[in-house]
Amino acid sequence: MNIPVENEAILRDPKARYRPGVLKYKEMGYWQPDYAPKDTDVVALFRITPQEGVDPEEAAAAVAGESSTATWTVVWTDRLTAAENYRAKAYRIEPVPNTGPGTATPQQWFARVAYDLDLFEPGSITNLTASVIGNVFGFKPLQALRLEDMRMPVAYLKTFDGPPTGIVVERERLDKFGRPLLGATVKPKLGLSGKNYGRVVYEALKGGLDFTKDDENINSQPFMHWRDRFLNCMEAVNRAQAATGEVKGHYLNVTAGTMEDMYERAEFAKELGSVIVMIDLVIGYTAIQSMSKWARRNDMVLHLHRAGHSTYTRQKNHGVSFRVIAKWMRMAGVDHLHAGTAVGKLEGDPATVQGFYNVCREAHNDVDLARGIFFEQPWAGLRKVMPVASGGIHAGQMHQLLDLFGDDCILQFGGGTIGHPMGIEAGATANRVALEAMVKARNEGRDIAREGPDILDRAAKRCLPLAQALDTWREVTFNYASTDTPDFAVTATPA
Amino acid sequence: MSAIVPTAARADVEPAPGVDLGEIFRDSKVGEVLEGLDRDLVGLLPVKQRTREIAAFLLVSKARERQGLATGAPPLHMCFTGNPGTGKTTVARRMAEILHRLGYVRKGHLVDVTRDDLVGQYIGHTAPRTKDVLKRAMGGVLFIDEAYYLYRPENERDYGQEAIEILLQAMENQRDDLVVILAGYKDRMDTFFRSNPGMSSRVAHHIDFPDFTDAELDAIARLMLERMQYRFAPAAAAAMREYILQRRGQPNFANARSIRNALDRARLRQANRLFEEGGMATREALETIAESDVRASRVFAGLADAAPR
Amino acid sequence: MRLTQGTFSFLPDLSDAEIAAQIDYALAQGWSCVVEYTDDPHPRNTFWEMWCVPLFDLRDAAGVMQEVSACRAGHPHAYVKVNAFDSTRGFETTRLSFIVQRPKTEPGYAMARTETHGRVQRYTYTRRRDAADGRPLA
Repeated sequence: MNIPVENEAILRDPKARYRPGVLKYKEMGYWQPDYAPKDTDVVALFRITPQEGVDPEEAAAAVAGESSTATWTVVWTDRLTAAENYRAKAYRIEPVPNTGPGTATPQQWFARVAYDLDLFEPGSITNLTASVIGNVFGFKPLQALRLEDMRMPVAYLKTFDGPPTGIVVERERLDKFGRPLLGATVKPKLGLSGKNYGRVVYEALKGGLDFTKDDENINSQPFMHWRDRFLNCMEAVNRAQAATGEVKGHYLNVTAGTMEDMYERAEFAKELGSVIVMIDLVIGYTAIQSMSKWARRNDMVLHLHRAGHSTYTRQKNHGVSFRVIAKWMRMAGVDHLHAGTAVGKLEGDPATVQGFYNVCREAHNDVDLARGIFFEQPWAGLRKVMPVASGGIHAGQMHQLLDLFGDDCILQFGGGTIGHPMGIEAGATANRVALEAMVKARNEGRDIAREGPDILDRAAKRCLPLAQALDTWREVTFNYASTDTPDFAVTATPA
Repeated sequence: MSAIVPTAARADVEPAPGVDLGEIFRDSKVGEVLEGLDRDLVGLLPVKQRTREIAAFLLVSKARERQGLATGAPPLHMCFTGNPGTGKTTVARRMAEILHRLGYVRKGHLVDVTRDDLVGQYIGHTAPRTKDVLKRAMGGVLFIDEAYYLYRPENERDYGQEAIEILLQAMENQRDDLVVILAGYKDRMDTFFRSNPGMSSRVAHHIDFPDFTDAELDAIARLMLERMQYRFAPAAAAAMREYILQRRGQPNFANARSIRNALDRARLRQANRLFEEGGMATREALETIAESDVRASRVFAGLADAAPR
Repeated sequence: MRLTQGTFSFLPDLSDAEIAAQIDYALAQGWSCVVEYTDDPHPRNTFWEMWCVPLFDLRDAAGVMQEVSACRAGHPHAYVKVNAFDSTRGFETTRLSFIVQRPKTEPGYAMARTETHGRVQRYTYTRRRDAADGRPLA
């Protein structure tokens, strides 16, 4: 819904517009309710909580201004440019449902801001984010600000390479189809020597997992240097491949303090024949894009751990929604992205998390307010990112995970594999049997959401490790209220 | 040999002392299909009667099977004979649905083919082609229109014979997987069966489709128009009746299909007429076929209309 | 050893009725099935032999099962799998792939290491003694 506004605010007379001093952002032209975004515009949707007494349109205009050309005062040098073109335009605001008077939450507004394509360097997430989330989030007239969603024009998407491998090619390379992939993070996170670490990898892969994974903070510490870890892990991977006849992988984390170190580690992983390397989100957008180009040159699957994201994605009123991060990462070009579990130990409302998954792996996103998708988004042939569900999940939740996320994802059971009472191999087997039994039942037409526990019990009758896993963990749930939830119920119609 | 477990035939089912035929009938929802046949198709009384008889036979076979009475699988392959446009394909689709609802085919679709789909152009081409069609039809009904074209005795190297042999094998050995319906002109089908006794012996049910009467074709014309949301002006209706009389005597007459073609051409003429008249066209004008739209047909000049498809 | 490629290798071997149910699922998704076989299921053996060209436009599993049976009869000691292919834009790839026959004795692979510089190893897998012809393993 548009708030009807008489757009008398903009000062059209150049003399008045460029008189030295301070003007309202609306007067400077950052609020244009009659503006229709061009197909080539980047469009952002912000959740704005203005300070007491600040007009929401002025707040929206300020966000548009501060994320594009404006500074706090009038500058005559604007007149040397086609300033109208470079100004971002806030063109629509609407009140956020269930906020404001009568609720526990101060009034919030959804504001849509359109940016001309020429504001951004082609193929640079860093440049895009320096504009759109650069300064504006600390802006004083706002209590809080959150970037909820973005619509990327096809023209801009085409300046990015996207995932180096993508879901389709990854599956073909691994020769694994028709079910989610299974992984596990080696535990304990810290302290294992290279030899002991490789043992965990070998047992888990031989037991039936497709992948094992370094944790985000496993780099090259005193207890285990990176080369030693790589050598031991690849010995384990190859032994497991020979034992099972199946392609296996271990995400070798190449995250390091400098790009030079990262390249060195990635080259070594390649030399050892690994199918996959891993990086952390905290290395930064430029480093991610550099590693993406490296992965593309070297036929390597690139796994991204979203380390650090919760500092700015979790709170609903301030920061950046993870769905935006997911879009940026698909453009920047990663093959795997941790996107939440909904049922595990980490933050994530099911519908919202499904929205993240859809951003990762659909060829075209439709508006889906119940899952937090505000914009239609054609992906212009950018490959699909494999979403990863990791953190506090176990075999007893297999039906829920498969029902929520479908086949194209990676389910990572770290504790849920390594913590198995009969050992790592048994833990891996339990997960694989539970998964295959569930996929088989679903394909046979059973209602897994309802019959899941029964299907698991039947599978467990023929698989002792699964019976033991269910005994150990079945009752474990993490039922806390999510903070990042959709604003629209399923019945809401697209605005 | 098929590995599929038959949908029926369960040895472990305890035989009940009697069988409620009405219950089987209701459960199968075959009644809906038969009612639909009565409702949607004009005329064809003997066809509807034969279809009911076949449905009853299949239903009773089911009941006997439940009682553990020796029946053997009931024969299912059929032959529909009649002139073009008498509803053979339409009834075959309904028959597929009946067979599906009674559990004799698993999916209930109809694969509609002619000689060209089955017979190849060169040596080694026919078997894969025929087998491919058979696989597509599995779970449903294979409808072979003008089946007698498969058999060309005048050419001893014709590949049609190869197709016939593969069909025969499938009709004999894969009765759980598909039902074959052969269709075509009655006299030619009779000749075909005489020369192919193997085929004849495997086809148990014959339905003959009579030509529609003039009154039936008239009713069909009005029904078709109604479904397309048109109607005849009173004089046009009379013209249509006259058209039917004339058309029947001309070559390539194809019953309901000729009516459909005539109506398509009348709609074209109506559109042309309205466009030339120009100005506002009322809703009434848009839905009305005028006498001139019918009378402009070449049939009234004693010329044959365009050949049916 | 038990080769664990394919979607259902950790479950007991599927019965023909279970195989048909999976094929029916694939067909219901609009996917086309193909039957492939090999006696060398090396993890990097991308191209198993095609028993037939993909079976397009099928509605029922019986047609695929017929090819499965024929392939088994023709290659009683080989691995046989059914792949389901999806031609939808954005996929255009295999969507389901599962083994429907294994040799009675699965020979498996032996791993050989070759030392190179540092502690870097080159790994190769060679098929253990060929049991594809049905001879018992030593």
